[in-house]
Amino acid sequence: MTRSTIELPVTADDYRIARYAAAAIALTVAEAALPSPLPGIKPGLANIIVLVVLARYGWRDAAWVSLLRVVAGSLVIGQFLAPGFFLALSGALCSLAVLALAQHLPPRFFGPVSASVLAAFAHIGGQILLARAWLVPHDGVFYLVPLFATTALVFGAINGLVAARLLAMPAAIPVAAPAAPKGAS
Amino acid sequence: MKHSVPDLPPGRPKADPSSPGAGEDREPASPPFLDRGQGGMHTHSLRELLAQAAGAGHVPWRTLLKPGDWLLLLAAGVLVATSYPLLWRGGTADRAIVKRDGQVVTELALNVARKYEVTGAIGTTLIEVQPGRARVLSDPGPRQYCVQQGWLTRANAVAICAPSHVTLQLAGRGGRNEAYDTLNY
Repeated sequence: MTRSTIELPVTADDYRIARYAAAAIALTVAEAALPSPLPGIKPGLANIIVLVVLARYGWRDAAWVSLLRVVAGSLVIGQFLAPGFFLALSGALCSLAVLALAQHLPPRFFGPVSASVLAAFAHIGGQILLARAWLVPHDGVFYLVPLFATTALVFGAINGLVAARLLAMPAAIPVAAPAAPKGAS
Repeated sequence: MKHSVPDLPPGRPKADPSSPGAGEDREPASPPFLDRGQGGMHTHSLRELLAQAAGAGHVPWRTLLKPGDWLLLLAAGVLVATSYPLLWRGGTADRAIVKRDGQVVTELALNVARKYEVTGAIGTTLIEVQPGRARVLSDPGPRQYCVQQGWLTRANAVAICAPSHVTLQLAGRGGRNEAYDTLNY
């Protein structure tokens, strides 16, 4: 029953990022329902959205979408501040760092697939390093590197192909803000 | 002031919305994603995205891969393939270390079959070595845990005969023994 309402100025950027982040979160939640043979082995479908955003709007928006996805996605599936959340965060930060470099690859020769594969390796690398440093302080975790690397390569390539295909259709995703955001908070 | 626009084909909407000609045909002049109303926008992104991703053959998949992508996929595949032998090689052992009270009694190479007797705290423990593996053949201990453990094949595997203060441990090629910080009684 507060009388005063706080109006936050919402820009078109905010709407766009929120919309893409919502798509990424939905994919995260859908993916959480998939059975996984090993913790850490999952398709990472939300990264498709990150790749599309990176290609269309640049690294800053991609970082927003990726990190919003990690935080809100973990809230939705009840993993916030659980070990899985920190692993996902570490992976997302590493892959964003790699994407920051990968976006400067010559676009004539490198497409979203390259960015996706590199980001997937960075993702798994960040997770394994954090797991080694914190969760499993033993070199035994590195025995899993070949398995993780294999899945990173496979799913990175597939996600990259999907992202490339989405990017090949300019109007696949609505990008405009609603005309009159009344009552939006 | 009614006039038609003769220089445009009849099916095409006119770009300038202020012109009266554009109002006659109902097709949107702007791209479809900009022309949507407020309602139902947020449900569209994921649904459309999935529909587009599943939609058959807009762009052939292989055209989405640029030369650099192929190169990177190949390099990543080679890297992943080499990571298997590199990281899983540590499993092979080449010598067995027999200790009593933490002191090394002997080191046995794992390339010839032989038996070795070590005098423990409560009797004689018999170690058997065969090419690539070693075991505690007999031990005077009451519960026979180290005997029942059977053959040890991997580096850093260890059988502990606690009552007789004897351990049998396998070591790998590296010569380092980092699997355990310390083994004490």
